[in-house]
Amino acid sequence: MTTEFTSSEMMSVTAARALNNDMTCFVGIGLPSEAANLARLTHAPEITLIYESGTLQTKPDVLPLSIGDGELCASALTTVSVPEMFRYWLQGGHVSVGFLGTAQIDRYANLNTTLIGDYRDPQVRLPGGGGAPEIATNAKEVFITVKHSKRTFVKDVDFITTVGFGRDGKARDNVPNIGRGPTVVITDLCILKPDEQTRELVVTSLHPGVTREQVIEATGWEIRFADSLDTTPVPTEQELTVLRELKARTAAHHAGQ
Amino acid sequence: MAEFLSLRDAVNKHIHDGDTVAMEGFTHLIPFAAGHEIIRQEKRDLTLIRMTPDLVYDQLIGAGCVKKLIFSWGGNPGVGSLHRMRDAVQKGWPRSIELIEHSHAALANAYEAGAAGLPLAVLRGYIGSDLPKVNEQIKFIECPFTGERLAAVPSVRPDVTVIHAQRADRKGNVLVEGIVGVQKEAVLAAKRSIVTVEEIVDDLGASVNACVLPSWAITAIAVAEKGAAPSYALGYYERDNAFYKEWDAIARDRDLFQAWLKDNVFKNGAA
Repeated sequence: MTTEFTSSEMMSVTAARALNNDMTCFVGIGLPSEAANLARLTHAPEITLIYESGTLQTKPDVLPLSIGDGELCASALTTVSVPEMFRYWLQGGHVSVGFLGTAQIDRYANLNTTLIGDYRDPQVRLPGGGGAPEIATNAKEVFITVKHSKRTFVKDVDFITTVGFGRDGKARDNVPNIGRGPTVVITDLCILKPDEQTRELVVTSLHPGVTREQVIEATGWEIRFADSLDTTPVPTEQELTVLRELKARTAAHHAGQ
Repeated sequence: MAEFLSLRDAVNKHIHDGDTVAMEGFTHLIPFAAGHEIIRQEKRDLTLIRMTPDLVYDQLIGAGCVKKLIFSWGGNPGVGSLHRMRDAVQKGWPRSIELIEHSHAALANAYEAGAAGLPLAVLRGYIGSDLPKVNEQIKFIECPFTGERLAAVPSVRPDVTVIHAQRADRKGNVLVEGIVGVQKEAVLAAKRSIVTVEEIVDDLGASVNACVLPSWAITAIAVAEKGAAPSYALGYYERDNAFYKEWDAIARDRDLFQAWLKDNVFKNGAA
């Protein structure tokens, strides 16, 4: 079957497939939220989604524009305070997957959402850390989804807002009570995973129709490819339908319709 | 007991130039009406604290009220950057502002520590992050029992906290429902507090475990109908997501912003 799909849809579907029913997922806004809800509406109806606004086990019908839209609260099992969310539910060890987006990512999966340039004289000031710094260390593992480009995939991030494996790949070594960190990065071109020894991100699967050259061109360091490089399975018609309906509902809702 | 005041009088009486002010509401119940009254009264040199600065702080920064911002995520949720905040940080317009930047976990803990009357909050946080390098208020301490290295930040103790809530009863007890954020902690951490509400009712209709702030824990209450718009008040009105998107274009341009401020803030009286 040859259903047409875009690279963004390929990314969302692949990111959704990383999740399963047994997971308790702390969801970042934007692409992670889209993927997590797609998973919930397709193969993982029992997945537990948590947003930092305090909404526990939420099942939104449309994607929230903000992390605290009313839809999240109204469809949640319960809503707790923000201190409780971060202290008991995240730091307390109840989150299996932290699902994050980012503005910049480097070869050791460190994330920068703080600024481009120098901290005291920024070229571009970005929103900042939000929940990510502690999600990345207190969740059992971290999934990242972000569009692939040379501006985003840099050798070293300008600022480590949120640690992947640090500047040398060893930031998590011998640290007590810390999660495994990023285990997968899903882009619109490929899937990357950290090398087991060095922790450097390696391409493990190319999306259908994507070439190695495209990935090399869109990555700001000498990207390596796994010896057994897979091709990511294409989205099913059902996944695409659910995703498109979700996005259409969301667009109509946010336009005030 | 809380004193019932008009919003104008509450802001005039309790917020002074140079104060440290926390205006909380985590995407929900953001005290926009109070923020606009602060702009109208041309308060200056404020240190503002807020986990998610949102549009209300973009407006206060653009109006020149702010000298320092303590925050953990400063964006227009789902839309992009706060351009007035960016202009102040990158170009010093209308004045430069100092940023003190945390993570959500740290700032939430700091509010809670403030409410608990403690000087600091301790958390398992900031591991491997560069934030401690640029914020000297982030330190690391050793757990005296296990030896674990933990992050410590000073508690938040604002001069004034401002929040918006659904309703108060005639004695001044206040009910907050839905996404309650850090509002309770922020009020209890502050020396003074102003709570704006949608309405005053005979009976709060609160369930036994509801988030209720007793009258004697609040300094002033002012009625401000739709006081959280364009954010929302669960049970009263929805978030105006379309306006949040429109704000991007308004805030990108200094002239457009100033015209917006004139038409939508200065020309309106206080609720």
